[in-house]
Amino acid sequence: MLTLECPYCGVTAEETELAPGYEAHLKRFGPGSTDEQFNDYMFARKNPKGVHFERWRHAYGCGKWFLAARCTATLEVFGTYPAQVGAPPEDIIAKIKARRPEWVME
Amino acid sequence: MSTRLAKGGRLIDRTTKLEFSFNGKRLTGHPGDTLASALLANDQMLVGRSFKYHRPRGIVAAGPEEPNALVNLGTGARHEPNQRVTTTELFDGLEATSQNHWPSLEFDVGAINNKLSRFLPAGFYYKTFLFPRAFWKHVFEPIIRKSAGLGKAPKDRDADRYEQAYAFCDLLIAGGGLAGLQAALIAGQAGLRVIVMEQAAHWGGRAPVDGVLVDGVPAGDWVEATLSALAKMENVTLRARCMVAGVYDHGYVLADERVADHTPGDGRPKHRLWRIRAGRILAATGAIERPLAFAGNDVPGVMLAASARDFVVNFGISPGDRTVVVTNNDDAYLTAIALKQAGLDVAAIVDARDNPTGPGVDKARALGLRVASGKAVAKVKGGKRVVGVALCAQAGEGTATEELPCEAVAMSGGWSPVVHLWSHCGGKLLWDESLSCFRPDAARPPLNHDGSAMVLALGAANGHFLAGDVLADASQVAAEAVKLAGKAPGHGAKVATNPLEGATMAPVWVMPQGAPVKLRSKMWLDYQNDVKVSDVQLAAREGYVSVEHTKRYTTLGMATDQGKLSNINGLAILADSLNIAIPEVGTTTFRPPYAPVTLGALAGESRGTIFQPVRQTPMHGWHEGQGAYLEPVGLWRRPFCYPRSGENHEQAVHREILNTRDNVGLLDASTLGKILVKGPDAGRFLDMLYTNVMSSLPVGKCRYGLMCNEQGFLSDDGVVVRLAEDTWLCHTTSGGADRIHGWMEDWLQCEWWDWQVYTANVTEEYAQIAVAGPKARMLLERLGGMDVSAESFPFMTMKEGTLAGLPVRAYRISFSGELSYELAVPAGHGLALWEALVREGAALGVMPYGTEAMHIMRAEKGFIMIGDESDGTVIPQDLNLDWAISKKKADYLGKRGQERNHLVNPDRWKLVGLETLDGSVIPDGAYAAAEGVNANGQRNVEGRVTSTYYSPTLKRGIAMGLVKGGMARLGESVTFPKVGGGQVVARIVDPVFYDKEGAKQNV
Amino acid sequence: MSKAVSALGGVSFEGFVTVREMGPLGMISLRAKPDVKGLTAALKVAAGLPEQRRIVMDGDKATAWMSPDEYLLIVPYDGVGKAMEALAKKLEGQHHLAANVSDARAVFRIEGEKADQVIAKLCPADLAQMAPNEVRRTRAAQVAVAFWKDETGYTLVCFRSVAAYVMGLLEHSAQPGSELG
Repeated sequence: MLTLECPYCGVTAEETELAPGYEAHLKRFGPGSTDEQFNDYMFARKNPKGVHFERWRHAYGCGKWFLAARCTATLEVFGTYPAQVGAPPEDIIAKIKARRPEWVME
Repeated sequence: MSTRLAKGGRLIDRTTKLEFSFNGKRLTGHPGDTLASALLANDQMLVGRSFKYHRPRGIVAAGPEEPNALVNLGTGARHEPNQRVTTTELFDGLEATSQNHWPSLEFDVGAINNKLSRFLPAGFYYKTFLFPRAFWKHVFEPIIRKSAGLGKAPKDRDADRYEQAYAFCDLLIAGGGLAGLQAALIAGQAGLRVIVMEQAAHWGGRAPVDGVLVDGVPAGDWVEATLSALAKMENVTLRARCMVAGVYDHGYVLADERVADHTPGDGRPKHRLWRIRAGRILAATGAIERPLAFAGNDVPGVMLAASARDFVVNFGISPGDRTVVVTNNDDAYLTAIALKQAGLDVAAIVDARDNPTGPGVDKARALGLRVASGKAVAKVKGGKRVVGVALCAQAGEGTATEELPCEAVAMSGGWSPVVHLWSHCGGKLLWDESLSCFRPDAARPPLNHDGSAMVLALGAANGHFLAGDVLADASQVAAEAVKLAGKAPGHGAKVATNPLEGATMAPVWVMPQGAPVKLRSKMWLDYQNDVKVSDVQLAAREGYVSVEHTKRYTTLGMATDQGKLSNINGLAILADSLNIAIPEVGTTTFRPPYAPVTLGALAGESRGTIFQPVRQTPMHGWHEGQGAYLEPVGLWRRPFCYPRSGENHEQAVHREILNTRDNVGLLDASTLGKILVKGPDAGRFLDMLYTNVMSSLPVGKCRYGLMCNEQGFLSDDGVVVRLAEDTWLCHTTSGGADRIHGWMEDWLQCEWWDWQVYTANVTEEYAQIAVAGPKARMLLERLGGMDVSAESFPFMTMKEGTLAGLPVRAYRISFSGELSYELAVPAGHGLALWEALVREGAALGVMPYGTEAMHIMRAEKGFIMIGDESDGTVIPQDLNLDWAISKKKADYLGKRGQERNHLVNPDRWKLVGLETLDGSVIPDGAYAAAEGVNANGQRNVEGRVTSTYYSPTLKRGIAMGLVKGGMARLGESVTFPKVGGGQVVARIVDPVFYDKEGAKQNV
Repeated sequence: MSKAVSALGGVSFEGFVTVREMGPLGMISLRAKPDVKGLTAALKVAAGLPEQRRIVMDGDKATAWMSPDEYLLIVPYDGVGKAMEALAKKLEGQHHLAANVSDARAVFRIEGEKADQVIAKLCPADLAQMAPNEVRRTRAAQVAVAFWKDETGYTLVCFRSVAAYVMGLLEHSAQPGSELG
């Protein structure tokens, strides 16, 4: 049962205090998008063995959604960060690179 | 016979006697005894029958690894099956009965299986009971269920209480032996928050039994001194009787504390499950001795050598006047020496090694003990107890060279580190040739959240079996853990010595090495599951190469025991049969819990009235007082109906409906979700959330709205009220409030974070009451305080004011089709308003109505219900709700999803009303049959019922359903076959069955 | 007007600590960003501006930090109306949301030397690491709660509908003889 630090309130919460919210950094495709774009947005989710970016909500805490970079294989957490970004911030990328030099951002 | 020695027993208090019973026999023991030692003190060597062959079984071990001696403890509401006698502390009045025998322990009919054992090989069930198929359920299974199996599940409600508790620490030390206590000193002095947990009631592990000296003093004295030193440290918590059961991700640990197992009924919780979050875990869990595989190694009286030593030293027990020690290593010599020093006879030390040397051998010989080297046990003599052993050459095929009469056999096949906690989260093992065991590979530990080692193993659990090595390893590993926590390590003991420093072992997996099948089929590997050497060999011959498959096929290492004694021996046999090395076979997966944890501890406080949260409205007590029949709606309990004396539920529901249609009814609608949405961008936000337009709603007006998920499917509905220029109140379904609030916050936080909108879930702030029926206005007028006339308070508007002197927000909305007001009042006034309505409404014939009446009345009006007409695959267009979907908006959540080709397919099933030709009610969930059959030969279908009721208003069956072609087929008939034969034919009609013009609600 | 009643009518339990339902208390949930003009002044309606995860107390009033844009104002129950008016005035023209949640909550006091043990049996929170006046939002068994500690014990807030459940949890956890030692 993992623990994540909520970047909004600073609490290190355990999984039972959090609600998962699937892949982070999805770009929404609404009316006017092609079937393929919509399909990718809606259904084609990444499921990597290794570095992954996820959404979590501090549901039993401050109620904020935040993002987490972690390894799905070892459960190492590289960092958590606020959700109001379109891509992982530089410091998170740096932390991942420090631990997974071979990793490249898709 | 086994008996109590005249003196000795470091853990027992001989001045006090405790009475207990076994199979009704009244026996006595002492405080400090385990049930195992107390049974042995009374010569109760036979304690159970084996799982499959019903062979007589005795006590093999002295700790949680005991596979045989499982008993029923207690009776009635305190009955617990499968309790190990070796971990059960004796208390006055303890009642135990043996398991798995019929009619009695001494005479068991099932023992015939033993005679038939060659017909019950590995995979027996799979092979035998395949055919005829029908026999399985009615013949084989009942027989197997009766004859196999462990204890009986308790029938009564558990009389005890259980609880859970959370704890946090920098370092959790599992195990309070030499290694664990040494580590606790080092980490405690360093200032780390330390928790030390020991599964037994006493501390120190094996060291005090084995004659270890620590810094020159006996280990027992060192343990006492260390415990008092640790007790003085505020940052160190010591918990005995507390087994670390499992290690999980990110330092999460579960531990089972047996708070009051030994003091039943004293009011304390029986067990407490600790849920610990540890910065790091030290596995100081020791090692478990392995049995040797020789014929008859399961006869009562054969036990592990170190366990025999435990019984002698800890409890003053003689396992028998004359013992044969069988070993492949030096450690068992300590047992021979301990027995001799207790004044007992050791017939011989049968050592499989050709030319054993070392301090143990020297000391044994010096005591005059016979060492039979290069020898093996050909066979144990005896049935219900050992009467002797036949010896043979270990190198041979089992020809007996001599027979030694004896009452006990103490065996040692070497030691296996307890690597469970290391392995639970993926720590890897390596095979240690010199010790013939798997031990933790420090280079491949389980990982913590930061990528560091989450578990460190130390001492015997790390493959260091001699006291000197244990202490040195513990010091080093503890120091490493302290440094990883950023502190400077403290100091523990400096040196420890074991009387057998320099001890060695040689691997022996079968005794004798050339044993023929006749002997191999009496060599038990897994006592608990009755798996023999021959079974594993057969599995290998039949093609089982994976250890995991072999486990399931032979049942080796399954059940409550999980192979604590048998695993390594089984792997070695499998490896030998497959002609590969043991590490190539590998181990089965070590999964939590280490030893069984009682379900009560796992449930904790979640029992009875607090099994789960039951949400209650402010009027809940009133409903209960009226004898309402409650139904769960999410975690709420809502009145389904209010049956009166002599009424069944259906009659009550019909009465409530007719009364609401004729007079006036009250519905507790407090459970409806209520979410405030406010801000300069709130209108824009709601226009994205709802399929229709909410930004144009005038202040004070109400509008029904639909919400869809991004795939386009209908997710929730409700009435939206504009409270002020920048504030809307969104009603959601009863089950949907938290979900929809979360959904709103998700979009506001993660997608449109620059929009200025705030939400607040105020569901529980208000009690809400629907007052519905032709006399609803009269009732509110009687309450007084608000002008509720049609002119001043028209349909689909909101009004704030007072009623009956209470602050009320009223909405003129209707889900029943009647003249209806929904009154929201602060929850603390909810009951007062409800009671005022009941009081003032008495003269008008007011009655409360429940959710079923609400459901039927809405169905009579053709209103959809989320969860009935929608199921996550239905879009609003399917329900003819196009009027509530804006055509003008460029976007709303779900709009793109609804444009997908299969959702715009004209063949989609769409909502219709259904009126049965004969007036009957279509069965719930019925499908409409179409012509022909599908590819599977099943009848084609063209629709299904979504809501179906008997309408007391119309006095006939009415239904709504989704049917291919929808309302374009108005007037056509569809056929619904019934389960069990017959069918109902229904005509497609308008789904609004009642008051289509809305004359009743809009007055 | 009849007096508003708390969810459990002020029930109490004597175990190894004392558990008591309080209230009703006046509570206002205020959503506003910390940089909103007038916020500091507005929060004086209660007890002023708390730092992250802290509660400031002033007599029978308090302000708790609930999230980066949410505060819980505690005032006497009868003072909520006035407090709401004052908030509206002081934050007029500023983007905010103030909701009266006085009746949406149940409030418990847990008092006694071992009050922390009752919380530790229900909440996955590291109490020893909590700062003075820290507010912890978490769960107690299966429901959301918030709690904080003062000199005499803990105050624990939950939703009104689960008040009976939470009282049941607290009674179970405070049973005499079940001290954690």
